[in-house]
Amino acid sequence: MSGWQLFVEILSWVLISAGSFFVLVGAIGVYRFPDFWTRLHAASVSESAGVILMLSGMIIQAGWGLIAVKLLIIGVFLFITGPTSTHAVANAALVSGLRPKNYDDDTSDDPDPA
Amino acid sequence: MRHHLILRVITKLLVGTIFLFALYVQFHGDYSPGGGFQAGVIMAAGFIIYGLVFTLKRVKQVFPPWLVHKLIALGVLIYAGTGIYSLLAGYAYLDYAALAPHHPEHGQHYGILIVELGVGITVTAVMVAVYYAFASRAPILSDEDW
Repeated sequence: MSGWQLFVEILSWVLISAGSFFVLVGAIGVYRFPDFWTRLHAASVSESAGVILMLSGMIIQAGWGLIAVKLLIIGVFLFITGPTSTHAVANAALVSGLRPKNYDDDTSDDPDPA
Repeated sequence: MRHHLILRVITKLLVGTIFLFALYVQFHGDYSPGGGFQAGVIMAAGFIIYGLVFTLKRVKQVFPPWLVHKLIALGVLIYAGTGIYSLLAGYAYLDYAALAPHHPEHGQHYGILIVELGVGITVTAVMVAVYYAFASRAPILSDEDW
């Protein structure tokens, strides 16, 4: 294995491992956090970071070609749809009256977004 | 609808791509994983997400219920019609070699494409019909409720 191949291999596995770490941390957060809002935060933010890192690692593994382009397209769509679905869920929860823990209604301005 | 600005923009961005991906899965199904069932579900998901974000009324303008009901039957007709054609051509039911008697391999290819097209049409139409049936019964959430 030449030096360049070794470098590519190490780089891709570092990226994939880092992405897996973020996803794992997100999963632990979803399990351990106290209420809906913090859980949503743990799930969405870590998932976006993890997906980007893992997909870039996989693209490096795949090498330049159709598979890399497909992975790139998957990454772009996950990057768009992940935050959007988080927004939709959070929006629905807020509108239906769910509030964060220890949320004080008096100190805030109009809690109803419109 | 004003409240759902982000969802509307993202949906407009994605619906066309979903349809394109459904067609890719449909017609690439004989080379890679995919086929009529998967493509039909993806295609229907495109219509359903459009209906969820832009209201049932507007998706019914795009894909009217009478057309949905006709397409359910059309897909089955294409599937069965392929079989009947091969019967009439002197082969067994759904023997695709009948479609190109001098090149049985090509016949297999065409046969799979045509039959999967029928499956795709029926699955799309059934999924959308189920969605229409459920969504039409739900009380409509007005804009002021958001």
